[in-house]
Amino acid sequence: MSSTTQAPPDQPTTTTVVTNARRQSQARMMKILPWIVTPSLVVLIIVVWQVLVTALDVNPFVFPPPGAVGEAFVTLLLDPKTWGELGVTVTEILAGFAIAVVLGVVVGVLLGNLPWLEVSIRPLIVITQVAPKVAFIPLFVIWFGFGMTSKIVLAALLAFFPVMLNVLLGVRSVEQGQREVMRSLDASRAQTFTQLEMRSLQPYLFAGMEVAIVLATIGAIVGEYLGGSQGLGAMVVRAMNSLDAARTFALILLLSLIGLILYLIVNEAKRFVIPWHESVYGLRDSV
Amino acid sequence: MIDQTLTAERPDTTTQVPRLRIRGVGRDFHTKAGVTHAVSGVDLDIRLGEFVALIGRSGCGKTTLLRMIGGLLSPSAGTIEVDGKQLWRDGYVENSAVTKLGFVFQESNLFPWFSVLDNIALPLKLRGVGKAQRRERARELAALVGLAGFEQSYPRELSGGMRQRAAIARALSTEPDLLLMDEPFGALDALTRERMNLELQRIVLETNSTVVFVTHDIPEAVFLADRVVHMTPRPGRIRQILPIDFAKPRTVELQTTPEFNEIIRDLRRDLDEEE
Repeated sequence: MSSTTQAPPDQPTTTTVVTNARRQSQARMMKILPWIVTPSLVVLIIVVWQVLVTALDVNPFVFPPPGAVGEAFVTLLLDPKTWGELGVTVTEILAGFAIAVVLGVVVGVLLGNLPWLEVSIRPLIVITQVAPKVAFIPLFVIWFGFGMTSKIVLAALLAFFPVMLNVLLGVRSVEQGQREVMRSLDASRAQTFTQLEMRSLQPYLFAGMEVAIVLATIGAIVGEYLGGSQGLGAMVVRAMNSLDAARTFALILLLSLIGLILYLIVNEAKRFVIPWHESVYGLRDSV
Repeated sequence: MIDQTLTAERPDTTTQVPRLRIRGVGRDFHTKAGVTHAVSGVDLDIRLGEFVALIGRSGCGKTTLLRMIGGLLSPSAGTIEVDGKQLWRDGYVENSAVTKLGFVFQESNLFPWFSVLDNIALPLKLRGVGKAQRRERARELAALVGLAGFEQSYPRELSGGMRQRAAIARALSTEPDLLLMDEPFGALDALTRERMNLELQRIVLETNSTVVFVTHDIPEAVFLADRVVHMTPRPGRIRQILPIDFAKPRTVELQTTPEFNEIIRDLRRDLDEEE
């Protein structure tokens, strides 16, 4: 959608002539459509949920009705302790994400520029990538303790690979013609990096960061599940142990919201950092 | 008469060292299939303010020759001098000679993250020219190539012809001694191309640039050039050098004159004979 529909004048319709007015009203529709459909769907899901729970007489300890979850959610938000735990989890996510981005860029750029190095350590990369990194959390707890560090390490480890691999791809994808421009201008290695490579790989970096922020969130929460007493993940485990299904649901809802907000921030940052890229202006111009 | 005033403005350099001196230049490519002599034994002198067009079939080595002149590809044999300075030494390019060159490619190769102004100013930025100064220069150049009012646009917002104008302005920003153009209008439609040829002629006359221009379009070469260099493939070498004596600036009407078309017919016949 982003790549094909940014220039309507280039696409003459074969059978019907779409008038300007009609196209504009279509564009308006495209803009408001998600704002109608998404809330409607959410309401529908809640209604179906309520109806099913009532009709099938499900035990609220197993599957609480939406009302109870809503209540638990409000209670959760009103409790100042929640915000302290939320702060812990968000700190872990952001710290892990930041480490992953910095290391991912450095390693990605390095490997992208040194093919011999990439070739020689590629098996190692593949092994580390396919290894179930969550399984390492007991080791991280032994090495880094029950505090935030072990979660940050897991979050960073999970988030590192998408960043690194995308940056690597970005460095390799610099257009040959643009490289020749820099060569014909007698640019130094450093200039080629700052003026060309570093900018050319930014869309790739963002693609990696969008995946990375989600994985960092997963890493921090799973870390808290498996080893720790702090953070929202630990709260989930405590709520589960006391068989408080409504509270567990409410915490999961809160965690999902955090994940969503963090993702949207990364996605939105794209508009400011790479306004020139197709993924940004294509979307803007198409609807 | 116009011709005379323009010639009078140009310094007489016939007695000086030529701007570009090519002697015995050759380039081989080693592939699995064997050795290809892409360019072989090329001698060519280009004077200050001269416009030379290289024409020939695909594979005649015209682009290879241009890339060697532009410091992008090292010659296997021979020497290239820019203003008396050796361009290549032991397969490495001499930086002080490259900085005298401006290169325009078939694709504009603008950087999409820079505005038109910043694209034009890029070569100056690389040379450490201050921001205010390079922007001012870029603004002048934008006006020169007919892009006034589009300085803040991104390349994607420009048409193909406008992008090439920006690429030409970028190449001119360092005031190169020699402008090298590799089929710069090859990707444009015929009408835009004709207009760009007129524009290029105006820009070249205004800046008194020395140009080496690669094209496979015979009328374009004859319209623009002071001399047309006809190259033949396998191995790529110069077959003939044809002076074009029409007064400058040349007009669209020139292209309908019998003299103009006679030259084109002869050149086309020569190219066809290669088959």
